[in-house]
Amino acid sequence: MCLAIPGKITSVSGDDSLARTGKVDFGGIQKEVNLAYVPEAQVGDYVIVHVGFALSRVEESEASAVFEYLRQMDELLELKEASP
Amino acid sequence: MKYLDEYRDGATAREYATQIARLTTRPWAIMEVCGGQTHAIVKFGIDELLPPSITLIHGPGCPVCVTPLEFINKAIEIASRPDTIFCSFGDMLRVPGSATDLLSVKAGGGDVRMVYSPLDAVKLAAQNPSKEVVFFAVGFETTAPATAMAAHQAAERGVKNFSMLVTHVLAPPAMAALLSSPECRVQGFLAAGHVCTVMGCAEYEPMAAKYRVPIVVTGFEPLDLLQGLFMCVRQLEEGRAEVENQYVRVVRPAGNEHARALIRRVFEVVPRKWRGLGEIPASGLRLRNQYEAWDAEKKFGLADHDTPENPACLSGLVLQGRLKPAECPAFGQACSPEHPLGAPMVSSEGACAAYYRYRSHAPAAAPAR
Repeated sequence: MCLAIPGKITSVSGDDSLARTGKVDFGGIQKEVNLAYVPEAQVGDYVIVHVGFALSRVEESEASAVFEYLRQMDELLELKEASP
Repeated sequence: MKYLDEYRDGATAREYATQIARLTTRPWAIMEVCGGQTHAIVKFGIDELLPPSITLIHGPGCPVCVTPLEFINKAIEIASRPDTIFCSFGDMLRVPGSATDLLSVKAGGGDVRMVYSPLDAVKLAAQNPSKEVVFFAVGFETTAPATAMAAHQAAERGVKNFSMLVTHVLAPPAMAALLSSPECRVQGFLAAGHVCTVMGCAEYEPMAAKYRVPIVVTGFEPLDLLQGLFMCVRQLEEGRAEVENQYVRVVRPAGNEHARALIRRVFEVVPRKWRGLGEIPASGLRLRNQYEAWDAEKKFGLADHDTPENPACLSGLVLQGRLKPAECPAFGQACSPEHPLGAPMVSSEGACAAYYRYRSHAPAAAPAR
């Protein structure tokens, strides 16, 4: 139940901050999701969903951090190995 | 799928493993806290990509596994009542209680239903005013926002035939309890990314400082786990003990403040007994007094019993990272997902189930047949 995969918001309904809901698409499967905890999330955003609640919006600008880190560390280790 | 497939790229994973091997000069033992992470590690064989000097210890972050037997028995007691609809996440239905399990209660005519969200249970209560609808609220900080909202909505809408059996647990106190044990072998942690999605990273700072242990908030995909391991090994090699966030695309330093606010409003922090770990101070959540009308334990007057665990199940040692699942004599023999002796073999996040599903079924010390 802690497992969660990112899904894309395809529609939003309800203005009441605690009852804001939307449809989220998980690779073709649509689910009704409570959006009360991500008031900033809009249609087109990806969110992490747990037991029917979106808990975080995936930050597009950080999406490639895992690849950039690998490149930086490769360079760092090369520097280290080159200067004993 | 976007934000999923790219983090499972095999070539990048092997590159990460190579870099970790380059970085590592001596043995290190690192615990991944969350059962979801354990599952990904075993499924994708991440432990087998690592240099042999790095040992992964599987942590207690499986809510189904750490829910103590007395709560399973309480759930069964409620589910067996007439005019009651008992709602639960699917994982809990097959966890053995002392005498039976929830699925058997259902087979015997009990109205036990699997729900996706606690709000489904609130809805069921509104649709069935002549029944008592009870939700089994288990889980870590990741499911607490959903449970808090269910209590809040039931209270706002005056849904009086709804209540919850709450056994919520908190991850950081369990990590601190493991660290304070003299038998602790853990030198660094991969903290559970989705717990931090809700709670943020601040509560790990005092722990990293007090126990001199690096804590890297880490995601769940193979590349997340490998980057988290790299960051953790790098800290260990450099003699640092800091809190770092690998899962930056999802985890904000302050967590989700809206969710935290509702959790604080609905729940209070209490001591909680964990299966395999015993009672840990300030490690559970309970409904506050103003929500007691929705507290199933109070509503049905359930008594506390100290219930002994099945002695053939060594899940306590597994949950403390002192025994690998396949080292248990019952593993794959007396205990399997079809006939589980204990919860870690039932849950999709349980370490025993992960090893059973993805690794050889033979126990380490099995006699040759």
